[in-house]
Amino acid sequence: MSDSTPHGFHSTGAEGPAVGQDEWVARHAERRIMQGGPLGKVEDRVRAVPWWAWLILFVGLFCLFPLVETGGYVREVAFNTVLYMLLALGLNIVVGWGGLLDLGYVAFYGIGAYVYALLDSPHYHHHFPTIVSIVIVVIVGALAGFLLGLPSWRLTGDYLAIVTLFFLQLFQTVTTNWQHVTGGPFGILNVDPFGLDKHHQLATQHNGVFAVSYLYVALGIFVLVYVALRMVNNSRTGRAWRSLREDPLAAEAMGMPVNWLKLLSFASGAAVAALTGSLYAALYGNVFPLTFYFVTLITIYTMVILGGSGNQAGVVLGALIVSPLLEVLRDSGKSRIMFFVALVAGLALFSRRSPRIAIVAAATLVFGFVVHAICSAINGSWVAGEHHGGFAGFVDHWVVAPDQMARWIAPASYVGVICIALVVALLSGWKRLALLVPTLYLAAFVWENVMLSKPEPARYIVLGVILIVLMILRPNGLLGERRVEIV
Amino acid sequence: MSLLALQDVSLSFGGLKVVDGLDLHVDEGEIVSVIGPNGAGKTTLFNLITGIYEPDGGDIVFDDKSIVGLEPHQISRRGISRTFQTLRLFLNMSVKENVMAACYGHTKAGIFRSMVRTPGMRREERQIEDLARTRLEFFGQRLMGYRWDQPAYSLSYANRRRLEIARATATNPRLLLLDEPAAGMNPAETHEITELIGKLRDDGGYTILVIEHDMHVVEGISDRVVALDHGVKIAEGSFEQVATDEKVVEAYLGLKTTATK
Repeated sequence: MSDSTPHGFHSTGAEGPAVGQDEWVARHAERRIMQGGPLGKVEDRVRAVPWWAWLILFVGLFCLFPLVETGGYVREVAFNTVLYMLLALGLNIVVGWGGLLDLGYVAFYGIGAYVYALLDSPHYHHHFPTIVSIVIVVIVGALAGFLLGLPSWRLTGDYLAIVTLFFLQLFQTVTTNWQHVTGGPFGILNVDPFGLDKHHQLATQHNGVFAVSYLYVALGIFVLVYVALRMVNNSRTGRAWRSLREDPLAAEAMGMPVNWLKLLSFASGAAVAALTGSLYAALYGNVFPLTFYFVTLITIYTMVILGGSGNQAGVVLGALIVSPLLEVLRDSGKSRIMFFVALVAGLALFSRRSPRIAIVAAATLVFGFVVHAICSAINGSWVAGEHHGGFAGFVDHWVVAPDQMARWIAPASYVGVICIALVVALLSGWKRLALLVPTLYLAAFVWENVMLSKPEPARYIVLGVILIVLMILRPNGLLGERRVEIV
Repeated sequence: MSLLALQDVSLSFGGLKVVDGLDLHVDEGEIVSVIGPNGAGKTTLFNLITGIYEPDGGDIVFDDKSIVGLEPHQISRRGISRTFQTLRLFLNMSVKENVMAACYGHTKAGIFRSMVRTPGMRREERQIEDLARTRLEFFGQRLMGYRWDQPAYSLSYANRRRLEIARATATNPRLLLLDEPAAGMNPAETHEITELIGKLRDDGGYTILVIEHDMHVVEGISDRVVALDHGVKIAEGSFEQVATDEKVVEAYLGLKTTATK
């Protein structure tokens, strides 16, 4: 930094105008407020750690992970997390840097997986060496990215989103129906693992347990992609991408070929996604159309937004949080813990603005016990439902959970909680606070009796709640630094 | 020989003639001001020159070559740069990056060379970093020091205007188009901008075409003044000539009523 601080610099000659003679700026260091004490020192130290040290630390810890945890399932989750980290890095190029809303992104992931599967499987009896296949996969992915980038010459924002979404749908339709080539809904099976040729292959499993080698291969690719993208971000192209995101017209007027940069952005993102697709296909040994569809797309977007779109470390952090979280939420007991933690965190967050929220929380607690007591007094079977997992004891005495529920109750309570929440949003003052108590209780009721019986939608709902809370807390994402200027 | 010459340039939006048969020339090393009431077509003129709009008729010649039909980034590379009336900075990028980004046109490092950071690419990076420093130092310490690495959104309004000019000069232009550089400035800053524009020409060697509403600024900087109204040139000449021109007074203030009822 010191070389960029021109102390004693005088911009004007003796007779020139007094340009830049700014005492206030010259003394800025005296006015800067630094955090004092040991905490401030720790913060300074943490900030001083260079990015590559963080990367080495992170990857190093990740590499040690399989030594501690030997279960195949957990290893597979770790592998998926690395895949998601790669996908988030790729999407970050298009969305975070290029500022282009690309809803067709997972199609490139799919294209990568399918191309790899076609090149290395009994389907066409091709068994190319992995290096060759990966090069082809990346080139095909980038070309597909160029193709999808073309509409972005004329379309921006919502319109571009619709066209790219259509591209994803097109990919789905083709892979599902072109049975000759893609195997249709039955997919392509027995895809080769990575290897030099047909006889030297990296086994995906050892005695039925997931092979750690793939985790290392994926991590290696992740490091390469991360470093390469970081270099690009701090280069002419990266700056041009971000200029394009900030103001395409100004970028064009400052000599940047905006249309070409858009194509480049789409193609780079697509290449990363396609590369990740080949990793997926090699490990799982099969590809099906529905793997590359909306759920995956939304998950990747969640990671990018949560971590901070535009910040590489942020989107990796987003993937690192969301991917394991979705696995944890498969278990209803752990899922319940997440739900209540998110609920309490949300209440705590709002209570900073209005202390009365604390009263609402207490009232809800009391309300629950009272309702539970009344219900159990009327009819014991109303509260006879069983609970498992975290907080089960508390929930047993707090939430009404009928043993056998009438069929209408589930949909009615579900619709009811949405309606009542809408009314809460419309009201204000004490009415809102008063109504918040039964709303929260009803939400807990729905959660226990409707959601937990169907973990699949439930986990995405929890993810949504967490996302909402976080977006209130940090609208730019965890590590995001982008700020929207309101003039 | 004129650096920039507009010959009978016209542009219509639907039935509305925004620029109508306009002839205009700017000589090398000159400072020309364009004045006119709101809606006179001044900014449209800039958009025509920089290629954001393509004229319906006529020709725009820069450095003896027609630039009609070129993309804005190609025109920028030919040597025309501009600032915007409503500031269009890259707000979420640092002050330094704003200026370095504008060096795109005269740098070469591609995406793969950037990935592996070849020596040539690093040399180029150092060069444009030095260039950015020089361009920002032009404004003294205001955009230097700790502000160098701060995002552009943290700058004050006047500093944003300065940064826009610094960014515009980073494309290494010969002709600089300044769209209302003194808009929203206080009297002291307006005075400074007036001197700065002269300094840009004298020290920077830029030819300057400027749109300005503040007549003190126009008086202070202009070699020549062009007055527009409804897309037509209504007067041209020295500041005194134009400021006292009947048509100009009429365009700004309306006709003097001769008869009272």
